Amino acid sequence: MSRIDFDVAHLLAGTLVLISFLELYQDRLYSLLNVYALHALVLAASVAWQALIQDAPHLYVTAGIALVFKAIVIPVTLHRMIIKLGIHREIEKVVGVGFTMLAGMGLVALSMVVMLRVTHNADPLAQEDLAFALAVVLLGLLMMVTRQNAVSQVIGFMSLENGLVLAATGAKGMPLVVEISVAFSVLIAFIVIGIFLFRIRERFDTVDLQALDQFRGERR
Amino acid sequence: MRVDALTGVLLIPAIAAALLAVLPGYRMTARLNVVATTATLLCAVSLFFRRPPTGSYLLVDDLNVTFIVLTTFVGFTTSVFSASYIAHELETGRLTPSSVRFYHAMYQVLMFAMNLALIANNIGLMWVAIEMATLTTVLMVGIYRTHEALEAAWKYFILGSVGIALALFGTILIYMAARPAVGEGLDAMVWTVLVKRAGGFDPALLNLAFVFLLLGYGTKVGLAPLHAWLPDAHAEGPTPISAVLSGLLLNVALYALLRFKMLLAVNAGALAPGPLMVTLGLISLVFAAFMLYRRRDIKRMFAYSSIEHMGIITFAFGMGGPIANFAGLLHMTMHSLTKSAIFFAVGHVTQVKGTQRIADIGGLTETHPALGWGLILGVVAIAGLPPLGIFMSEFLVVSSTFARAPALAIILVFGLLVGLAGLFLRINSIAFGEPRGPSAKAKASYVPMFAHLAIVFAAGIYMPPALVVWFQNVAGLLG
Repeated sequence: MSRIDFDVAHLLAGTLVLISFLELYQDRLYSLLNVYALHALVLAASVAWQALIQDAPHLYVTAGIALVFKAIVIPVTLHRMIIKLGIHREIEKVVGVGFTMLAGMGLVALSMVVMLRVTHNADPLAQEDLAFALAVVLLGLLMMVTRQNAVSQVIGFMSLENGLVLAATGAKGMPLVVEISVAFSVLIAFIVIGIFLFRIRERFDTVDLQALDQFRGERR
Repeated sequence: MRVDALTGVLLIPAIAAALLAVLPGYRMTARLNVVATTATLLCAVSLFFRRPPTGSYLLVDDLNVTFIVLTTFVGFTTSVFSASYIAHELETGRLTPSSVRFYHAMYQVLMFAMNLALIANNIGLMWVAIEMATLTTVLMVGIYRTHEALEAAWKYFILGSVGIALALFGTILIYMAARPAVGEGLDAMVWTVLVKRAGGFDPALLNLAFVFLLLGYGTKVGLAPLHAWLPDAHAEGPTPISAVLSGLLLNVALYALLRFKMLLAVNAGALAPGPLMVTLGLISLVFAAFMLYRRRDIKRMFAYSSIEHMGIITFAFGMGGPIANFAGLLHMTMHSLTKSAIFFAVGHVTQVKGTQRIADIGGLTETHPALGWGLILGVVAIAGLPPLGIFMSEFLVVSSTFARAPALAIILVFGLLVGLAGLFLRINSIAFGEPRGPSAKAKASYVPMFAHLAIVFAAGIYMPPALVVWFQNVAGLLG
C-alpha cells in the first residue's frame, strides 16, 4: 500500500470523527441535519476511496447508497417532515454542551486505547479505521443518550450506523458489506417513516421524548 | 435450486407472506396462516431424518434442529390461537381488515426471519435475519396504533436498533479476527469454517468482539439491564405476538450468542464467556423476580417472568458442562411451551374482561373455569413447582450449580423463590375470590394452550429416553 493511499483513508476517517463532534454541539435541528448530511458525504468519499485502494468495485454500491440515500434523500425528507409536523426546531439537551464534549473526548480516547491495543496484529490501515469507527459509534451513542428530541436521536443513530459502515469497509475483503448496508438503509428508512407513520406529533403533541416518558414503568 | 426440507422451511413462510399480504377475507387468510405454519413444521421435523449438506450460507446440525423444531412448533400452535384471537379483535373493531392482512403477512415474515437466523451458517446472514425479525416485531407491536402501543414500538425500535448495531460491530470484529487465519472473503464469515480455525485467531480481538455481541444480542434476549423494551413490547402488542416474542424470538437471540460462545471455547487464549453470561443471567433473574411484585398489568407481569427465565437459561449455559447445558436446553424448551400457553390464556382473559389491569380481573375460576384453571396450571408450571417440566430443569440447574459453585446457587435459589412468591401473590387474586369484570362466555380455542401444558406436564413426569439422549448430545456440542 502506498503512502498516499493510507494518508487519504486516514484523513477521511479522522474527518468523520471530527464531524461527529460537530453534531454533538448543534442546538438547532436544521443545522444538525446539514452536519449529518456532511457526515454521510464524507462517509461516501471514504467508502469510495476504500473501493479504489482495495480494488473492490462492489464497495462503490455502498458508497452510492451513502451518497444518494444518506446524504441527500434522508436529510431532505427529515427537513420536510420537520416543517410539515411543526416540530420544535431547537434541540433540548439532557446535559450541557461542555460536559457532552468532554465525555465525547473521553470516548474517543477510550476507543483509541482499546482498538489500537487489540488490533496490533492487523495491518495499520484496518487498525486505524476500526479505532475511528468505534469512536464514531460511541459518539453516536452519546448523542442518542444526551438528546431528548426524537429526530436528533434518530440522527444520532444514523451517525452511529455510519461508523459501522466505516468499520465494515475498512475490514479488507469483508463479504456481504453491500447486503448489510442495504439492510441498514431499510432499517433507517423504517425509523424515518416511523416518525411520520406513528405520527408522533399528532399522538404526543411533541417530539420531545420527555412527553413520551409518562409510560415508563407502569400504566396508570 | 434443489427443493428439499431446508428450502421448505424458508420458502413456505416467504410465499405465504406474499399471499397473505394480498388475499382479502379474514377466515380464509387465518386458515392459510395455519396451513403454512403446519407445512413449515412438517418440513422442520423432516430435518431430523434427512440432513441437507452444509453450504457456506446454510447449515443444519443437531443444535439448530432442536431450535428450528421448537420455533416452528410454537409458531404453528400460536397461529391456531391467533385465528380465534384475531376474530375477536375484528369483532370489537380494535383491528381493521387491512391491518389483519398486514398482521398475517408480518407473522409469516417473522417466521421466515427466525428460521433464517437459525439455519444461517454465515454470521453476516444471521445478523441480517435477526435485524429483519426485529423490524417485523416492531411493526406488529405498534399495530393497535394507540398512544401506548406506538410508544412501546418506538422504544423497542430504538433500543433494538442500538442492540443490532452493536452486534454488527461485534460481527465485523470476528471477521477481522478470522481474516489472518482464514484469509479474505466469504470463508471468514462462515461459522463452520470459523469454529474449525478459531484456535489460531487473535484472542484479544475475539474477546472484544464477544463483549459487543453479548451486549448487542443480549439486548434482544432481554437480559437486565438491557431489557427496558421488553415489558412494553409484550404488554402493548397483540397477544399472539407476545407469545411468539417470549417463546421464540428471545431464544433465537440466545442461539446467536451460543454460536459465538462455542467459537470462543475453541480458542485457548480467549476469555471464558461463561462468567459474563452467569453474571448477566443472575442479575436478570433477581431483578425480574423483584419486579414481579408491583405489576398491575397482567401482560407486563408475564413479560417480567420471561426476563427471569431468560436469566436462568443464560445462567445455565454460562455455567456450561454437560449437566448445566442439558438443563439450559430443557429449561428453554419448557419455558417456550409454558410461556406461550400462558399468553394464550392471558389473551383470551384480557379479551373477555376487556382490560389488562390485574385489579379488574378476578375470580376467573368461577366465571371461566377452563381459562382460569389453564392459567393456574401455566403459572404453577412457570413458577417451577413439581411435577411439571420446569421443576425438573430448574432442579437440574440448581443441583449442578450447588456441586460447582454453592455461592452462586444460593443467589439462584433466592431469585427463584422470590419470583415464585411474586407470581402466586398475583395469580391468587386473578383466579380466585370475588368475580370481577364482565363474565361473558369466551369464544376461545383451548386446544393450543392445553396441548402445550400437557407436553410440559408429561415432560415433568416422564422424558422419553430418545429425547434425553438427543438433549445430552446437543449439550455435549455446546461444551
